[in-house]
Amino acid sequence: MDLGKVQQMLLKEIADLDAPPKGAYNIRSNSESVARQSTENVNIIPKENASGIDIFIKPDTKGESVHIPVVISESGIKETVYNDFYIGENADVEIVAGCGIDNCGQHDSQHDGVHRFFVGKNARVRYVEKHYGSGRGEGKRILNPVTEVYMEEDSYAEMEMVQIKGVDDTTRTTTADLKAGAKLVVRERLMTHEVQRAFSVYTVNLNGDSSAADIVSRGVARDNSFQKLDLKIVGNAACKGHTECDSIIMDNGKILAVPALEANDVDASLVHEAAIGKIAGEQLIKLMTLGLSESEAEEQIINGFLS
Amino acid sequence: MLKIQDLSFFVPDDGAQKEILKNISLTVPEGKLIVITGPNGGGKSTLAKLIAGIEKPTDGKIFFQGEDITDLGVTERARMGIGFAFQQPVRFKGLKVIDLIRLAAGKKLNVVDACAFLSAVGLCAREYIDREVNSSLSGGELKRIEIATVLARNSLLTVFDEPEAGIDLWSFTNLIEVFQRQREEIKNRSIIIISHQERILNIADEIVVLDSGSVRTTGSRDEVLPELIGTASAVQACRGTWKGEDC
Repeated sequence: MDLGKVQQMLLKEIADLDAPPKGAYNIRSNSESVARQSTENVNIIPKENASGIDIFIKPDTKGESVHIPVVISESGIKETVYNDFYIGENADVEIVAGCGIDNCGQHDSQHDGVHRFFVGKNARVRYVEKHYGSGRGEGKRILNPVTEVYMEEDSYAEMEMVQIKGVDDTTRTTTADLKAGAKLVVRERLMTHEVQRAFSVYTVNLNGDSSAADIVSRGVARDNSFQKLDLKIVGNAACKGHTECDSIIMDNGKILAVPALEANDVDASLVHEAAIGKIAGEQLIKLMTLGLSESEAEEQIINGFLS
Repeated sequence: MLKIQDLSFFVPDDGAQKEILKNISLTVPEGKLIVITGPNGGGKSTLAKLIAGIEKPTDGKIFFQGEDITDLGVTERARMGIGFAFQQPVRFKGLKVIDLIRLAAGKKLNVVDACAFLSAVGLCAREYIDREVNSSLSGGELKRIEIATVLARNSLLTVFDEPEAGIDLWSFTNLIEVFQRQREEIKNRSIIIISHQERILNIADEIVVLDSGSVRTTGSRDEVLPELIGTASAVQACRGTWKGEDC
């Protein structure tokens, strides 16, 4: 794998990779696949009619991981990539995605990743996606991920989706359809600063009895940035759904949280919690009594909140 | 170690100035455990906050180790060696118990060393070390974690603001044991405890009684305590027995 320094830095930031990972992987750099490996149980095949890959995970595959990071270091790249994951019945796997954009140029760089997950009966998947932007160019770093999750009976998906910093504009769209006994857990972390804008929209349909979703989004909006969080759960069966927006605003940051619950079955149990506020003064003081300066205390509180 | 000179603290009250503390003068020598007691509303917690730098005095001076610290902030005082245990400990979403203990110690303690501070306050370290300091913790658990962070800080002077407030009897007995151990180990360090619990007053070297913002009495435990027994300044806690956490 031959990557420049910037690409290596991005890869480390989004996927904690210094070298090709164990197991199956596809590493995409500046719109090209630069390294790919399938394994006996995980087959990665490039799409023929579109940009992207299909990932087939055999039934009963246990303990394997799939890494599909994307890095962009050329200014002006705009791409939409379609990746489909077919996770076989009874499999138990981890998928690590993520995109890092370094833009030192004048033109906007944009990566729109459309990920579809077909989670087989009784399968378990842990998905980690980190987004990061760097570079001092005037061109924006734009990421618009679309995540669609289709969950068969008794399947389980845990999704950790994080925007670390440096992403100028993002619209994150996540939809999920759950059959009976399926469970979806989402932990989203969003940090925006300067004049960045982030929109995060969830629609989770709990269609089967005993299906459940727990969606927690934590955000920090600093400087003059803006976040809008649209979290919707639709209960169409005897199901349990919980969403939580928990946000810290700083400086002139703005956050709009729009919770929505729709119950179409008398046995649906849906809960939403939302809280927005600045860092509590007493939290700062506590850490200052431990010898931290006010700005060090602030960083600790934010890092903890977004961890 | 600490010298408080003519300290006053007023707050605005309906266009006038309300006196919370008036001309307080106190000296805390090295190696002593001082308990500040007195009726509720007497200004005890305000005095604790003034020592830590959380509040600024209206008038007067505070000296620590011979240096005038009146105009120094919370951070500077903490770095000089003043520790503070909150009456109502603060919760943090996302920060773990081990994070707080490491921040308090000022170094990257290993897990075993960090756990020792939790064990010292009677918590099963293994169960708590990776927990978030959030609302899933009870008031008593939070209080013990607060005291563990202050122990980890190992300050020259530690101020405990009503350490018994909000904790169950079981924890309270353990708390007394913590202070007794501290009392034996302090040597060149000093401890100030704001409390009106008789059992805490019983382990003091010196007792200061604050009433209506002024020092009413100050002296050794043997001189002051007999006068206080049975008053609001020396409340008896029911005695529970702490047998250690089984984990």
